[in-house]
Amino acid sequence: MTATAPTETRARTRLQRAARRLRHVPGSVAVSALVLLAAAILVVLPVAPHALDQDVLLGTTPAGTPGHPFGTDSLGRDVLALTLAGARSAIVGPVVVALGSMLLGVLLGSLAGYRGGWVDAVVSRYVDLTLAMPALLLAIVVAGVVGGGYWITVLVLVVLFSPSDIRIVRGAVLQHAHRPYIESTRVLGLPAWRVMMRHILPNVRPLVLTTMFLNIAYALVSMSGLTYLGLGVSPGAADWGLQLSDGRDLLYSNPAASVVPGLAIILVATAVNLVGDHLSERLEQGEDA
Amino acid sequence: MGVASFLLRRLAALTALLVALSFVVFSLLHLAPGDLVKNLLGPRPATPEAVAAIRARYHLDEPFLAQYLHWFGGVLRGDLGVSARTGTDITTVLGDRVGLTLLTAGLAALLAIGLGVPLGIRAAQRTGSLTDRLVTGSAVVGVSAPGFAVGLLLLYVFAVMLGWFPLYGTGEPGLDRLRHLVLPAVALALGTGAVVVKVTRAAVARELQQDYVTFARSRGVPERVVRRSYLRNASVPVVTSAGLVVAGLVGGSVLVENVFALPGLGVLLADSITYKDVPVVQAITLLVAATIGVTTALVDLYTAVADPRVRRATVGRTRTAPRRGAVPGEAGTA
Repeated sequence: MTATAPTETRARTRLQRAARRLRHVPGSVAVSALVLLAAAILVVLPVAPHALDQDVLLGTTPAGTPGHPFGTDSLGRDVLALTLAGARSAIVGPVVVALGSMLLGVLLGSLAGYRGGWVDAVVSRYVDLTLAMPALLLAIVVAGVVGGGYWITVLVLVVLFSPSDIRIVRGAVLQHAHRPYIESTRVLGLPAWRVMMRHILPNVRPLVLTTMFLNIAYALVSMSGLTYLGLGVSPGAADWGLQLSDGRDLLYSNPAASVVPGLAIILVATAVNLVGDHLSERLEQGEDA
Repeated sequence: MGVASFLLRRLAALTALLVALSFVVFSLLHLAPGDLVKNLLGPRPATPEAVAAIRARYHLDEPFLAQYLHWFGGVLRGDLGVSARTGTDITTVLGDRVGLTLLTAGLAALLAIGLGVPLGIRAAQRTGSLTDRLVTGSAVVGVSAPGFAVGLLLLYVFAVMLGWFPLYGTGEPGLDRLRHLVLPAVALALGTGAVVVKVTRAAVARELQQDYVTFARSRGVPERVVRRSYLRNASVPVVTSAGLVVAGLVGGSVLVENVFALPGLGVLLADSITYKDVPVVQAITLLVAATIGVTTALVDLYTAVADPRVRRATVGRTRTAPRRGAVPGEAGTA
């Protein structure tokens, strides 16, 4: 664990430590980080403003058509622009899912881990029960039957993802709850919320961040699966899962219409997982990530 | 104590899970927009008598709990109800479809386990080697690549470009059927196989670091014998992940069947969702959950047989979730 440095040198030691860490980053992880940076830029900036413009007269064209490097889809939309614009739908939702489920995880997990007793029993039974259910299938069923748009689907995934986060946070909090430094805060008579916020959570934070990061990849894969089935998106939106299901019928006329968004999903999810795995390895080696 | 009481406890937990899940799934019917009576009537005129007859037959006028009990009683007798879209008996419909899904998922499981376990063991035995890095690298891609996206890529390469495999359909029973199911099975197996590789590698690597392995080797115990003991110990977490494997195959097959237009349970589920055919959705969800539940129970049984400590613990369940980030127990011990 970190020794608390005096305030003046803290910034410098941090910088030095960061530089030392960077030197140990494998190439694949560095490339992945660049991919994620590019994806983040696509989310923030309006890179392809005309992605949804249809050209029905043009119709489907193969890759290499002048002006359309990856051709056009059945509505005459440019595949490259559509894929670039789809990054927003593919990334914003999963990030919110990861954040939301971890928020639930931290709230319920630390409550269960720190309080123990009947609170812990109730939360743990709930987690056991929900973890035993097939999450993706339930997501498909709930999103399909209840209906609703993108954000309803995000909400469903938040609920379905939270049990494993609750379990992870609870386990980590339990490890700290009975260590001497926490016992001593109790001797000092600090209120429970303060012990939790100021003393336990900072120690659990690396694990929380890593888990959250890895959840983004899983949420991305799950959400694109849902949108592939047409759940959670309006028809015609710029979304990779939707592009795949539309492009399924164009495999002969323009295979790029499904291959490009398919590769995009795999690329981004792999990048998130590589960076996440790296962070989690760092964590297991005892460094604070 | 012993295996018998352990089994009883697991059986009770399984029953509780299924009852809870059936309740959740049944509640969906009431959350779902749309009118069941209208669906069931179809094109027939909605005379007050017909509506009343349907309401009586499906107990629609009774309170929610009574409806649930009626439905659950039927499920226990093997009667899953009637499709709201076609009016056919759901048990029959499922019976027609389940074979294809089982065949595809079975092939995928065979591939995932048959390749995943040996690769995971090999990677763990040579940690840091080129083989290890290749295997773990592809496992990361495998975990990240959703089955339907892989399926489409496979279709493009092997069906459109090379023409080795058919584009969709199930073909004639026999060898032709097998040829039609190769690509779906591979697409389905990739994600699951990657999880199997990760779990196996982690389990074997953990055992290899144990003192008993070093000790046995230093005493000159033949490697064949050492291998047998550490593989046996590593088998527990690997088998434990079988529940994950089944859940992954089931969730994935809904999507993969759609990519390859295979008329199995997955396509039926997707269609039923599109047409809001809630009774069918309920039946499939329950069937799948029961399959996963039974698998998990069998896995627990194996764990209890292989590791006596589990039998003695009150709650013998420390399942890991390799897909979903770091395992809590490991973080602090490193």
